[in-house]
Amino acid sequence: MKTKGILLGLIFLGFISCKKEVVKNVESPKISLQTNLQTTVKSYTYEELKPLLEKKDDKIYVVNFWATWCGPCVKELPEFEKLGKEYADKNVEVLLVSLDFPKQVAKKLIPFIKKKNLQSKVVLLDDINEDVWIKAIDSTWSGAIPATLIYNKHKRKFYEQSFDYKTLETEIKNFLKPNILE
Amino acid sequence: MKVLKLTLFLCVFAVTAAFTLKTNDGYKVGDTIEDFALKNIDGEMISLADYEEAKGFVIIFTCNTCPYSVANEDRIIALNKKYENKGFPVIAINPNDPVAVPDDSFDKMKIRAKEKGFRFPYLLDEGQKVYPKFGATKTPHVYIVTKNDLKVQYIGAIDNSARNPDKVTEKYVENALDALLAGKKISKTETRAIGCSIKVQ
Repeated sequence: MKTKGILLGLIFLGFISCKKEVVKNVESPKISLQTNLQTTVKSYTYEELKPLLEKKDDKIYVVNFWATWCGPCVKELPEFEKLGKEYADKNVEVLLVSLDFPKQVAKKLIPFIKKKNLQSKVVLLDDINEDVWIKAIDSTWSGAIPATLIYNKHKRKFYEQSFDYKTLETEIKNFLKPNILE
Repeated sequence: MKVLKLTLFLCVFAVTAAFTLKTNDGYKVGDTIEDFALKNIDGEMISLADYEEAKGFVIIFTCNTCPYSVANEDRIIALNKKYENKGFPVIAINPNDPVAVPDDSFDKMKIRAKEKGFRFPYLLDEGQKVYPKFGATKTPHVYIVTKNDLKVQYIGAIDNSARNPDKVTEKYVENALDALLAGKKISKTETRAIGCSIKVQ
């Protein structure tokens, strides 16, 4: 009986400590995914990009740092595209932050977006002083890509790794249902 | 009761996992490194102990294929040219698995070194045993090590503008080497830059 009391107490503690991470699921407007193909890529400094990495609305943002020259990045892009499509109605938005060389935007990045028919929004991060913004994006990031940031207004997680769809979906599900006791 | 216990177990597991997953092993600034013996492109085995005259080393994990490495090649060559005579030669190590990246094979390393006229060793981390000890995660990834104590003095990027050499305003590695040579404290001992993840099978 005593054990039961302690267990219940622990579960109660766990419950209140996780409570603040509950995500509200709000219906998002249906977006036509087939028509918004990008033909230009906007270039951002870190200061300009920062607001996109800390939005405080009800969405879950999946920000993938990649480049056309990065083999493992290109390999995992379809998983992010799939996630963006399948979870669009669950308030999940994918942003692809390219670290391509600024000189190669017209020559490589835009043709790549067209060829792969990328539906997620692509922006270019062009900012020297990588030392400053890599640490600012996440203190654990060594700078290797691929790397991914998943966040909502309550929490953020950074992943210096490659993803397959299953792993990515598991992470998103954790964001959608952060409280396992619910 | 069983369900409660299971739930509790899962909760504890999740918390433990969250704290143990992201541990970045490898040398930190101030750590003493273990010497290594790796094959150079000329077939000779190279160890740090072979360098009797050196004051230290600029160990750079780099490769043929990563555009960030390629963008830094001329800067690596210039570093060796400037600091080899001052006692800090460059030691380049390719950490990639040649099966995962055929263009980073030992033969392709020889070709690249010849094309670019490398005057420093370009070693293959055969079996990928050395880079994990350093905790290198990407190419290029620089470690400055002093010879007498084999201590790591600096970890990070070559300068503050990897993608565009014309925009460099701070030369991290040169500043660190100049400080070491002058017997001064290095102002920035750890910096970061974007790079290609090290490729494994």
